[in-house]
Amino acid sequence: MDEIFRDHYAGVLAWLIRVTGDFGVAEEALQEACMVAVRQWPRDGLPNNPAGWLAVVARNRALDAIRGDRSRAAREQAVNSSSKSYSDDFEIEDERLRLIFTCCHPALSLDIRVALTLRTAGGLSTPDIARAFLVPEATLAQRLVRAKRKIRAARIPYEVPTPDRLAERLDGVLAVLYLIFNEGYAASSGSTLVRSDLCDEALRLTRMLSTLMPAESEVRALFALMLLTNSRRPARVDEHGEPILLGDQDRGGWDETAIRLGLAELDQAARHAEPGRYFIQAAIAAEHALAVDAEATNWARIARLYRTLMRIAPSPVIELNRLVAIAMAEGPELAYAGLAPLAEPLEHYAYFHATRAELLRRLGQRAEAIDAFSRAIELEQNEVQRASLQRAITALRASADTDRSQPHRRSNRGVS
Amino acid sequence: MRYLATIWTIWKEEDEFDREEGARYREFAESAAREGVLRGGEVLDHPSSATVVRVRHEETLLTDGPFAETKEQLTGYFIFECDHLDQALALAARIPGARHGAIEVRPLLDMDAQM
Repeated sequence: MDEIFRDHYAGVLAWLIRVTGDFGVAEEALQEACMVAVRQWPRDGLPNNPAGWLAVVARNRALDAIRGDRSRAAREQAVNSSSKSYSDDFEIEDERLRLIFTCCHPALSLDIRVALTLRTAGGLSTPDIARAFLVPEATLAQRLVRAKRKIRAARIPYEVPTPDRLAERLDGVLAVLYLIFNEGYAASSGSTLVRSDLCDEALRLTRMLSTLMPAESEVRALFALMLLTNSRRPARVDEHGEPILLGDQDRGGWDETAIRLGLAELDQAARHAEPGRYFIQAAIAAEHALAVDAEATNWARIARLYRTLMRIAPSPVIELNRLVAIAMAEGPELAYAGLAPLAEPLEHYAYFHATRAELLRRLGQRAEAIDAFSRAIELEQNEVQRASLQRAITALRASADTDRSQPHRRSNRGVS
Repeated sequence: MRYLATIWTIWKEEDEFDREEGARYREFAESAAREGVLRGGEVLDHPSSATVVRVRHEETLLTDGPFAETKEQLTGYFIFECDHLDQALALAARIPGARHGAIEVRPLLDMDAQM
């Protein structure tokens, strides 16, 4: 049932916003409709058209809410007189795009734009979003409430910006789409590592955006980045749902079509303006896609690309990835030395501790590595990743009992 | 939908009223009026001429100077009637003070709807 809600949430919500003209009322009404569905569907059976059912129930709820508020007589009139019904001829794609651009309005702060889109257009839960942003859940919930109040009170328009404004509004939209993709590719919580529905959703929205704005090279670059990263998805998890490290993946299992498509998109993007952040990230993904194995990967070039990325869009997570590439290119010593400044900003980031643990392991500092792996386990919300970290500890304890000088296979846990 | 656009600019103690800037304000107000979106607006006198009033325990307390001693001071305002925020923001960007100071755009509460 969750899946049904997720599939239809954004579309029905977009329709409700259009019909009621009120973001907050629409969202509340849809949430109430979902609660009614949770009670009724198991008892009466699934309706033939779940989206249509949700739309009708939510619209009636919205009408009740508006009726309860005398001052909104005009709006009630608008809802009543609206001849639009939730049907097949309703342009859901356009409506979702409209919804995304509203959520990404520059009058909202960037982190709110991202969170709001994930919540309403992406259908992610507030706890999932909170984890993706490394912020407390209560704080995020509060911010979302404030944002919705502002959309209503300041009357942020519910529309795709006019062509002359489209480009400047795009950055926030791209950031949002990439976050949705990442949330899908490395699900921050739950028992599966990859939530393919989110990856597919991000790909679908980005492709749609790319069609809408063919001259925007960063949209194309982001699409290329998603395709190239996503090409590894089939080989990333084994039959038991366990993650397989990039170095250990069966590259024959990578999706050749996605790689070809991604490289072609990247090629197209290169013809336009100077490379932006997504172009560089796509170039990094292309390096992985083109290498026959982890050893043959040009890690030095990847480290250089990350350095360029640090200039365009500096962030501790990008620096961490640069250090991982350096560890592969030049060994763990230099990479480990670079970790210190990241300790504070990434204190609550599981992957930071996992990377630190891996470097310590390669440096032969078993006890410290075990401590760092344990810290990563405490912070890791994804059960599959957690199990993998636990195995690393077990292996370290076992190897401590046997041959201490035995060399370890080089691996790159982070990029998978 | 009405929006209040407050103008926050640096106006130092020794600064005289800038006549050229004043002319630009007049020009903006006239064009906004022609477009039918202007519902009011004034340029304020120097912040140092302000007096702050408070009533505490039935006693009126006065303070010399503006309410907030910030670098940028409230130096004027406009009220716009717009369909949505984007329109109000586009107007605010045309206010001369936006080029060196800042314009805060804020919807007015519909008091009739609140009662």
